[in-house]
Amino acid sequence: MSSSAWFAPRVALSPRRERALTALSFFLPLLLWATVSYTPFIWHPNIEITEPGSVSYFQQGMQIERAAFNEELERQRAAGGSLPDGVRANPVYLPAPHEVAIAFYTSFTTEPQRRSEQWLHQSLWHSIQIIFWGFILSSVVGVPLGILCGTFAAVSRIQEPFVEFFRYLPAPAFGALAVAILGIYDGPKIAIIFIGTFFQQVLVVANTTRQLDISLLEAALTLGANRRQLLFKVVIPGILPQLYRDQRILLGWAWTYLIVAELIGTSSGITWFITQQARYQNFENVFAAIIMIGIIGLLSDVALAKLGKSLFPWERASNKA
Amino acid sequence: MNTANFKLPSYLTQSEAVKARFDDLKRRDVILEVSELGKTFESINGPVTALEGVNFRVHRREFVTVIGPSGCGKSTLIRILAGLESTSTGEVLLGGHPVDTPGPDRGMVFQGYTLFPWLTVKKNVMFGLRNQGFGDAEASREALEWIQLVGLEKFADVYPDELSGGMKQRVAIARALAAKPRILLMDEPFGALDAQTRSKMQSYLLEIWRHLDITVLFITHDLDEAIYLADRILVLDANPGRVNEVIEVAVPRPRTPAQFLQPEFLSARQRLDELIHPPSVTEEAVALDLSRLVREGEQTDAQD
Repeated sequence: MSSSAWFAPRVALSPRRERALTALSFFLPLLLWATVSYTPFIWHPNIEITEPGSVSYFQQGMQIERAAFNEELERQRAAGGSLPDGVRANPVYLPAPHEVAIAFYTSFTTEPQRRSEQWLHQSLWHSIQIIFWGFILSSVVGVPLGILCGTFAAVSRIQEPFVEFFRYLPAPAFGALAVAILGIYDGPKIAIIFIGTFFQQVLVVANTTRQLDISLLEAALTLGANRRQLLFKVVIPGILPQLYRDQRILLGWAWTYLIVAELIGTSSGITWFITQQARYQNFENVFAAIIMIGIIGLLSDVALAKLGKSLFPWERASNKA
Repeated sequence: MNTANFKLPSYLTQSEAVKARFDDLKRRDVILEVSELGKTFESINGPVTALEGVNFRVHRREFVTVIGPSGCGKSTLIRILAGLESTSTGEVLLGGHPVDTPGPDRGMVFQGYTLFPWLTVKKNVMFGLRNQGFGDAEASREALEWIQLVGLEKFADVYPDELSGGMKQRVAIARALAAKPRILLMDEPFGALDAQTRSKMQSYLLEIWRHLDITVLFITHDLDEAIYLADRILVLDANPGRVNEVIEVAVPRPRTPAQFLQPEFLSARQRLDELIHPPSVTEEAVALDLSRLVREGEQTDAQD
């Protein structure tokens, strides 16, 4: 095993090395996080007070900056009062891995505190539905439009300049408008996902359609294909695998609009959970929720990638998928 | 190849049998008639004339190859015949009817492999048939016959990416023929293949052509290929592209690779050489400044 084989340009790694590196890519950040959390002399800028002593405003469990604590300690020592004591701690917004792990588990098992509140999985499910409908609505219009833009120059000309302009407008800027038109519940949230996805989608799909080898269209023409057959029997099947990959990427973008979308109108879904927990300073719950979004995103993408391989068997033949 | 030392017959000399064959050929219907064809492209440096005053006729079941120096517009010519490009002047008649759009009456085999990667070999061959309104079962049956003809029945359900270059072009030929064209247009179809596969494909093509009622117009830049396949060779000039000469190949049919050394073959080859590589060009090409390289070579020799 020569070390150079690890870094040969554009040479595939052995499956074993690939698996090892995949594991490492998650393990290394976790290791860094654990190191900062569990090694008292690394960072830990605060002191968590275990014994208030004679300092009037100290309370047990309270956190204070190290410099301020030392100042108070010196003052008490000089004044001869009882000395405060404490342990070094990280700020409350950086909980340790095990705390987040516990929060991750308990967030599913803890009943909502008020009747109006939802279980975490209900919040998540609500978020997934918002994404789903926003993305589906966008795709129903955006994908056909993109294909037409990529196929017919006339459609592209009357369509794309405006789309190019519109895609620079930040989707959240339409929040107030969306609320005015669609009310305060799910409508405006779906609308934001839609706006955030749609305009990119038209351009990406149009571009993918243009990448299709023109000689395939020419071959079809010499085989007597008419315009309709060109579109449905050559263009669409020809771009399908790439279109599928585009949709996966666009779905990822849709997720990035989720948090902003859910803040519009009545806050809901996973965003409501996160903002609520941050307000109570339960940062381990906030982390748990963020990680959960990541896991859902990653798992759905891996599932879609696997599905793609079985959907397009001719891609497997050439090892492109 | 310097064939001038041998006493070759004129490339115009034809044996009785070959002459009779050409007489018979010329009595057949004219399938394709090209008259005063011209094509001008707009470029940033002004208009460029790719083709000018091209005239020729192709008879039924004739095999015509088109050859010429690069830039003579052979690809433009075949794309116009296929209807993939418009003419600037002149006319193309197929069976007496003008053509200006692509159609299944002119099958085309491209140099690049234009098989549909998402369709199996059989579905590729069925494509033209389905466009013509054949039902699935009938198109499938017909397609299998064509696949058998090119000897790929074992690969009927395989995707094109799993095939070698030669096999892909065999499928492309089967696909074009299955649509029942009146003429098969081939644009350097074997240009991307290695020499061995190419010569095999040439024999394949001749064999297929011998058994079918199909007219072929075949573009190539390979002189031997042009002679080996053709009844007549259309030699084009460059800048602007126009027909320089039409050579009737005196090599008897059926053809075999052994004929590459026959006098008729060599005399045609010599004539093509003269037309495609005029002497002036070959001489000036070697005028390189080699002094430094030669010195290095001499040093190496001295060390040995």
